Amino acid sequence: MSPAWPHIQLIVNGQSAMVETPPMKRLLDVLREDLGLTGTKEGCGEGECGSCSVRMNGELVNSCLVPILQADGARIETVEGLAIDAELHPLQKAFLECGGAQCGICTPGMLMAATHLLAHNPRPSMEEIREGLAGNLCRCTGFIKIFDSVIAAAAMKGAAHDAR
Amino acid sequence: MRGNPETHELIAATSLADTLARLAEELGAWTLIAGGTELMVAHAAGRLSAQKLMSLSTVQELSFIRVDAHSVAIGGGTTFGQIRRHATIASDFPLLAQAAGWIGSIANQNRATLAGNIVNGSPAADAPPALLVYDAEIELISLRGSRRLPYAEFHLGYKQSVLERDELVLALHLPRRFESHAKYLRKVGTRNAMAITKVAIAATALITEGRILEIRLAAASLADRPVRLIATESALLDKILSTETRTAARTALLNEVHPIDDIRSTALYRAHVAANLLNEFLDTLEQKQAAELIA
Repeated sequence: MSPAWPHIQLIVNGQSAMVETPPMKRLLDVLREDLGLTGTKEGCGEGECGSCSVRMNGELVNSCLVPILQADGARIETVEGLAIDAELHPLQKAFLECGGAQCGICTPGMLMAATHLLAHNPRPSMEEIREGLAGNLCRCTGFIKIFDSVIAAAAMKGAAHDAR
Repeated sequence: MRGNPETHELIAATSLADTLARLAEELGAWTLIAGGTELMVAHAAGRLSAQKLMSLSTVQELSFIRVDAHSVAIGGGTTFGQIRRHATIASDFPLLAQAAGWIGSIANQNRATLAGNIVNGSPAADAPPALLVYDAEIELISLRGSRRLPYAEFHLGYKQSVLERDELVLALHLPRRFESHAKYLRKVGTRNAMAITKVAIAATALITEGRILEIRLAAASLADRPVRLIATESALLDKILSTETRTAARTALLNEVHPIDDIRSTALYRAHVAANLLNEFLDTLEQKQAAELIA
């Protein structure tokens, strides 16, 4: 049986993409398998760990819980879209400088959740950072350095903003 | 065993009329999917039995929050992120805003919908206790028309409700008359974020000169469905908040709840904690009363 699967149109990190795929296929699997964007990781596969966090139309979502049909026409932002050419995103720089990444599995999801947080709240308090990242688990338990990284990135972005 | 996406049909409903027509045309054939925070978990685990799914994410008519002088109507397709960020819900129905804020993570709140939380029918669901103590009405719609009933009458048993196979949840209606009520909501779970409730109690009450003039109590994970605690309310209604009243209320509570032993907790623990939560709420009522006497 080879049914005609629907054509799904996406804008991933600013670029148009079209896939022909079963409509119940997870956005996570389309990103990794169909589009070769393996930065987004699968952890639990049930919306608990946040490893697969991406932004869809500006909202933070767990891509393991999005059937691809629901992403038709959507703007998707993944970790691959954070750096501009060789220039790392302030959050990526901060994670490197502060030791915010250990084994790396949670890092793409942490970066996307932190990106989402800073987009809405450029100078978050520690409490707001903890809530913003509450859906992202670090199996190495390195949470404090991750929180420190977000604070450092907010300061960097603030400095860049102030310099303008 | 991982679920196979090729074995499930999924279509996007184009409008509310389209959804209702399809539901009526093939009774019981379609499973509605909105945020997917429940069904996609089942799918990933290979235990999604639904063969035909209809996505509501493009049905704009289900996503709204309408405010008028007397009530707030929240569309079934409204996400918990939208609910917790809404100014009138935060001011008039803080318990609902609070519950919305502890449903999973930000990513879950951006997807999970109010109707999904209700129709899924979990006894541990976070939104129902708040809806129950705000005396919410639920509005159901089908091709046959719409009907409104007290939300307290919606759930009939474990994952059982009055929802007919051709119906869906259009909206929840909350009356704006709880401004001066004492309010309480506490959830006990394993940790602060992302935890499923072991037990939760919500309450609203009016107390004047020591007498309880109005009281609503509701619970999660203390029965096979979200429930109002009617017997406990009766033990408190129109009573002076004395030691005797509190003892009677505790006894009524322990008699009317039916917690179970499961993976998250035990019946004994749940009953004990429920009584403690009631006690904590009554303490806050007494303090409020004392403060008003001084003022």
